[in-house]
Amino acid sequence: MLFLADFNVLKPEPGLLVWTLIIFGIFWFLMSRFAFKPIGAALKQRETDIQNALDEAKKAREEMANLQAENEKLLQQAREERTQMLKEAKEAAEEYRTEKKAQADQEYRRKVESALMDIENQKQAAIVALQNQAGQLAVEIAEKVLRKELADKAAQEAYAKNLAETIKLN
Amino acid sequence: MAAIRRFWIALTFSGLSVFAFAQDGHEHHEHPHAGQHPPTTAHPADHGGPCGHSINAPKTFNAGDNAVHHISDANVINIIGELYFHLPVILKDERGWTLTTSAAFHPHHHGNGENSHNGYALVHGSVMRLKNERFAEGQHKIDDYTHEEIAGEDGKKKTRYNAVIGGQCVPLEAKTTYDGGILGGGVTSFMDFSITRNVFTMLLTALILFLIFRAVAQAAAKRRGQAPKGLQNFIEPFYTFIRDEVAKPSIGPKYEKYMPYLMSAFFFILGLNLIGQLPIFPGSANVTGNISVTIVLAIITFLISTFSANKHFWEHTLWMPGVPAPLKILILTPIEILGLFLKPFTLLLRLFANITAGHIVILSFVSLIFILGKSGESTGGAAAGIAASIPLTLFMMALELLVAFLQAFIFTMLSATYIGTAIEEPHHDHH
Repeated sequence: MLFLADFNVLKPEPGLLVWTLIIFGIFWFLMSRFAFKPIGAALKQRETDIQNALDEAKKAREEMANLQAENEKLLQQAREERTQMLKEAKEAAEEYRTEKKAQADQEYRRKVESALMDIENQKQAAIVALQNQAGQLAVEIAEKVLRKELADKAAQEAYAKNLAETIKLN
Repeated sequence: MAAIRRFWIALTFSGLSVFAFAQDGHEHHEHPHAGQHPPTTAHPADHGGPCGHSINAPKTFNAGDNAVHHISDANVINIIGELYFHLPVILKDERGWTLTTSAAFHPHHHGNGENSHNGYALVHGSVMRLKNERFAEGQHKIDDYTHEEIAGEDGKKKTRYNAVIGGQCVPLEAKTTYDGGILGGGVTSFMDFSITRNVFTMLLTALILFLIFRAVAQAAAKRRGQAPKGLQNFIEPFYTFIRDEVAKPSIGPKYEKYMPYLMSAFFFILGLNLIGQLPIFPGSANVTGNISVTIVLAIITFLISTFSANKHFWEHTLWMPGVPAPLKILILTPIEILGLFLKPFTLLLRLFANITAGHIVILSFVSLIFILGKSGESTGGAAAGIAASIPLTLFMMALELLVAFLQAFIFTMLSATYIGTAIEEPHHDHH
């Protein structure tokens, strides 16, 4: 019976309209200024911070990986260098040894040659000396023989004659 | 300014001395009781006399009346029994402003005042005006309130309240409402700008929410660069939810500008929905279930979306490209313009209807106790009513908790959608 007439919630009233407008208006202003803007800013800041931290961690991880790769590379390089150096050293040693050996051989050969030459010279000298001595001895012997043979006149003439004949044949 | 200050002092005073006032009202009620009661019961009004039926007359319990009474706004908060929390009363009529508190009317049973004040009376917790010059000033003792059916000026039947003062029938006039007489209201000789139960609840809710959010904002500022803690963890997900699930998808890249409004609307509605569930204080005020409140909120959404609207939106609303001109003039444009106003209308109606319906259903379930108990005559019936009512009410309250969140979310979501539609940039995807 009283239902619709008393159904006040469906009747717009000036008092409640005005108060709602005022209260919600103030609420809206104060909340946006003192609550939602700072909260929104803080949330945004935190989100950016978290994102940055994640990005940085990722970057650090990547850098670490890079560093490790670089270390590996350096190590590899060092290893290679060492191998190279060893090889070079070995080669140098080999070369040195070969050279020394060649030198020694040469020296030896030279010495042998020089000795051989000396021997040859000595031999030549000995031969010359022997020839000289043998010639002298032959001359002395021939002198002595001649002196004895040509002691008489006939023998001298026979010999001279013999010599003359030999010359004629030549 | 001085009047306002006096008023707030009055509010504080009435709030602090609520028990004193209640005690005062009780005494007023007790003393004249012996002398008043017999004439009231023997009053001709009870039998439909010249003043109509007494509103205090014993009658069968009417669950509908009870529910309507409880979901309505009131000028006083009834805590329990005859214990009242008094509120400021601000009235405007042709004489000027009347500033007082509801304590001036000495409300007793059901929020009916024991006396008039400055030509006004308190009936069912609402201020009404006495339409008789004799009682326009000072305080007059009111013996009873009656209601009667009268024929209105337009021939339709209307219900009129009367105050019985010294055996005389004084008609009462309700406050101004803007329903155009459709619902029995209309523009009358006075307006009620009081801090009513709804206004008080709004102030209280706004204050509580502001304090909570201020604390969270300060914590957020103080703990910058640190993990959130305590209340922050509770409130911040709401913010991110509204931002990521409502504002960003509905509005698009310009969402940030509208975040404060969406958040304010969401929490204002949610806070009022939730505080309306409290039965004791502030008296389960049905704020978001009052059309005046939802009208204001819907109008704000309407204004924001309309004033943010870009050329693209107006073009598509008023002169849809690619449609023949006669079709546009006859059908499309009128429908689009109608839709412009229908959108906020559905927005305000949806929130209002959902919350009011929830309150009515809960009150109806509680009323089961009185219906089955035959208003106190049958104890067994009341016991059966309690047994049926408690689980039903409990279920309904749980459902209302869900509705409180859901309706706040839907209002915010739809507001965001309307704003998003208005500021949407044209798509350049010509196939």
